[in-house]
Amino acid sequence: MATRVAYTLDSTLDSVNMVEQTAEQLAIKAGFSEEDLHKITMSVREAAVNAVLHGNAYDPGKKITVAYETTQDTLAITISDEGKGLDPGTLPDPLAEENLLKTSGRGIFLIRSFMDEVKIRELHPGTEIKLVKHMSAPETGAKEQ
Amino acid sequence: MSLKSSARQVDGITVLDLSGRITLGEGSVVLRDTIREVLGKGEKKILLNLGDVTYIDSSGIGELVSAFTAVRKEGGELKLLNLTKKVHDLLQITKLYTVFDVKDDEASAISSFTK
Repeated sequence: MATRVAYTLDSTLDSVNMVEQTAEQLAIKAGFSEEDLHKITMSVREAAVNAVLHGNAYDPGKKITVAYETTQDTLAITISDEGKGLDPGTLPDPLAEENLLKTSGRGIFLIRSFMDEVKIRELHPGTEIKLVKHMSAPETGAKEQ
Repeated sequence: MSLKSSARQVDGITVLDLSGRITLGEGSVVLRDTIREVLGKGEKKILLNLGDVTYIDSSGIGELVSAFTAVRKEGGELKLLNLTKKVHDLLQITKLYTVFDVKDDEASAISSFTK
């Protein structure tokens, strides 16, 4: 049976920390391994930072919403913002030689590396990203959605 | 837990012992200010001891890259010491392991700097 809990939060760094800590608690409760725990918390943090910083740009008038859904063997986290939107097709490759020394642009790449499924949807306005981790992942890295 | 930094001198090399998290916000700012302060004193050979750094996010990775390029721009050298498995894996995934000079042993790290 699935359990779902959702929050609406201000566009602040405190919200980012709370979103990360809640994901960690749920992942521990669900029984994920130490290694998966790190991958989940880091991915959720990156997604929350994107929503607060790049999406809502710390605008106090804009909120982020976060929903956590747990089933017997899966944890899914959906984070949405009210920002200008994100086209994942336009993101530069952080592994390209010319981008290696850039100081930003690795968040989505890390999320895709660490989670089993990643879905990005434009909300007009805003962006929704859904991250899924299975208890026993059949393969490493996110499937393209 | 935010980032803590303490500096010591070993054979003309500035060793920065960092502990905590290098993440967006306070952690990244502490690292940025520390590097700026060290460079401001004319110390351009820097060894970052990350042995007690428990967590780095993409902002923290960006701050490490920024430190690396800032030191290099001043004609100095910045090397990394004692990476945890998590940080090591992160640098591997992002291909930055090939950019940074990463060391496991402080004595050999110190002697590897250009005299």
